[in-house]
Amino acid sequence: MFTKYHPTKGEMLQILSPEGKIINTKFQPEISTEKVLQAYKLMVYTRTVDLKTVSYQRQGRMYTYAPNFGQEASMIGTGFHMNQEDWLVPSYREMGAFFHRGVTPTDIWLYWGGHEDGAKFPKATNTLPISVPIASQIIHAAGIGYGLKLQKQKGIVYTYFGDGGTSEGDFHAGLNFASVWKAPVIFICQNNQYAISLRQEKQMASSNIAIKSLAYGMPGIQVDGNDFFACYSATQKAAQHIEEGKGPVLIEALTYRRGAHTTADDPSRYRSKEEEKIWEEKDPILRLKRYLVAQKLWSEEDDTKLTQQYEEEVEAEFLEYEKYPPYELNDVFQYLYNTMPDDLVKQKQEYEKYLAWKESRS
Amino acid sequence: MTLMNMVQSINSALDIKLEEDPKVLSFGEDAGLEGGVFRVTENLQKKHGEERVFDTPLSEAGIIGSAVGMCMTGLRPVAEIQFSGFVYPAYDHIISHAARMHNRTRGRYDMSMVIRMPYGGGIKAIEHHSESMETLFAHVPGLKVVIPSTPYDAKGLLISSIESDDPIIYMEPKRLYRAMKQEVPDGKFQIDIGKAKIVQEGSDITVVSYGAMMKEAREAAILAQKEGYSVELIDLRTIYPLDRKTVAESIRKTGRLLSVTEGPSFSGIGSELVTLANEEAFLSLEAPPTRLAGFDTIVPLPKGEHFYFHTADRILYEVEKLVKY
Ligand SMILES: Cc1ncc(C[n+]2csc(CCOP(=O)(O)OP(=O)(O)O)c2C)c(N)n1
Ligand SMILES: [Mg+2]
Repeated sequence: MFTKYHPTKGEMLQILSPEGKIINTKFQPEISTEKVLQAYKLMVYTRTVDLKTVSYQRQGRMYTYAPNFGQEASMIGTGFHMNQEDWLVPSYREMGAFFHRGVTPTDIWLYWGGHEDGAKFPKATNTLPISVPIASQIIHAAGIGYGLKLQKQKGIVYTYFGDGGTSEGDFHAGLNFASVWKAPVIFICQNNQYAISLRQEKQMASSNIAIKSLAYGMPGIQVDGNDFFACYSATQKAAQHIEEGKGPVLIEALTYRRGAHTTADDPSRYRSKEEEKIWEEKDPILRLKRYLVAQKLWSEEDDTKLTQQYEEEVEAEFLEYEKYPPYELNDVFQYLYNTMPDDLVKQKQEYEKYLAWKESRS
Repeated sequence: MTLMNMVQSINSALDIKLEEDPKVLSFGEDAGLEGGVFRVTENLQKKHGEERVFDTPLSEAGIIGSAVGMCMTGLRPVAEIQFSGFVYPAYDHIISHAARMHNRTRGRYDMSMVIRMPYGGGIKAIEHHSESMETLFAHVPGLKVVIPSTPYDAKGLLISSIESDDPIIYMEPKRLYRAMKQEVPDGKFQIDIGKAKIVQEGSDITVVSYGAMMKEAREAAILAQKEGYSVELIDLRTIYPLDRKTVAESIRKTGRLLSVTEGPSFSGIGSELVTLANEEAFLSLEAPPTRLAGFDTIVPLPKGEHFYFHTADRILYEVEKLVKY
């Protein structure tokens, strides 16, 4: 696969056409029908949570949020391949991969709702919190890979970043370190073609992102990021490559952010409605659904029922989330160090004195 | 004169300098077509062209490293860092090159750049979008650090910064971007770098602040008035070089100092001001020179940020303690 789709050829791996037809049987992944259905449901679930979160933000029940809408295949097609012992090293637009690891919508809401408890993930293992400084997490992934290799622990590191992220020096350092160490890392670029307002052509002069792998002596492949099967298949091959001890792989999943960069962003300033329309037709969920329906594995009625069920579940969970205990003064201080330095003890006490003074005046 | 908020007055300063001096450039992430995520550079690309007002690839090291090179060819780049919390990949170029080049080359190369960045909290943002780390720049020899608190000052100070031949860190209190409007001259005017402003005269205590905290400091001065305490309020406007004379004279007059700053306390600007009080006004002091700074913690996410950012009555509380000392 890595030879056939060598990035210098400029050919993208696609298995499922936008109409939902298998057009490439040779590189179909090994995956059971049951798992495909499971992945499809996760994609629908992710979208439900995502769209609801945007609407909660609009209602003033959530702070600024970065939507995932349109990137479900690229994050779940790759992330669904993760096993228990693997590691997820995300940026901030991989909600489906988070859910696959056991992160809950409540965790996600806590984070975007402004509470540090949303970076703890009590129900997930080997899952790092969102990383906001672009590309910085890529080097952590290399370090985790080294740690696993050195200590002969099982597991592959899945790290995510955007097209914009490839411009930071940390992208270079991360790929270089991992390749020198032959560390077990899959570098996954969700190329949604924009970094906020900046189009890919202005971000880089290279013809694609996968080709950057050549400079680090690792395989790279561009896949259709709206095609679940292409994403899953390339990830499966990358994992095999790593298990054979051959070191890291770079996957570029070409997709499109259908929503805004964040709820504070207005895409009409930098892209056209016509362009958005084109990508609506290439929607990853629509595509997989067409396939499943054609295979008689799924129906429109199943779909309506599932969406409704998820909507109800998510709404109920959100109401629970809103009852989360209030933020305490101690939450500001207690986790910064293992033992609180005297300076901090004093600052907290001073603040409590001020609160008492304030109380006494009202 | 036009009624402007700070976004508009900064935009106006950039517009005037781009118009007047072909060597001035403005660039950064999303700072061209989009006009910046806060719209500070809105319409400048349309007006001055894509070669002088442009989007860069996503690399802060790239932005500031290339600005160093541009300065060597005689250009005057105004580089935008999208949020001060993302300046760190560029920190090497700021400290190791921009701040040092003039000295290293014995004056041969001017680092005539301005590095603009929104800083500070209070907009309910996620991680890395709320910090006030001016100390990290003020501590570095070779840099000047400017922080305006009003639309008027923002324009005059930015024009002076662009005209300065030294590298200037120009930090914009994002919470005040649209918080108030003020009459600002449409044309060009300068405000001297290194000059503080006495915002309100008073006799009991000197309160020194700058940037976003000026809003609370002003409110606190009004509250204090009601309690019968007369506050002399100083807006530093430039953090480095510090206007020692204005601050010292005021402390000698009032006998008391309270500094109000937003960022972490340890090794902060407040520590400098307290030192200044000791060095320049010791014999006039009626109470210990005091700093009110942020906790030495990470700025909490929005649900907890009200604990972190000073309110006017927190400042009043400190004022009262010192006046009654
Ligand atoms: C070091 C750093 N610089 C700037 C930013 C501000 N910022 C947040 S997202 C973003 C664009 C990222 O684009 P891309 O990597 O393509 O990811 P996408 O948002 O498209 O998923 C920028 C510039 C940041 N978070 N970190
Ligand atoms: Mg992108």
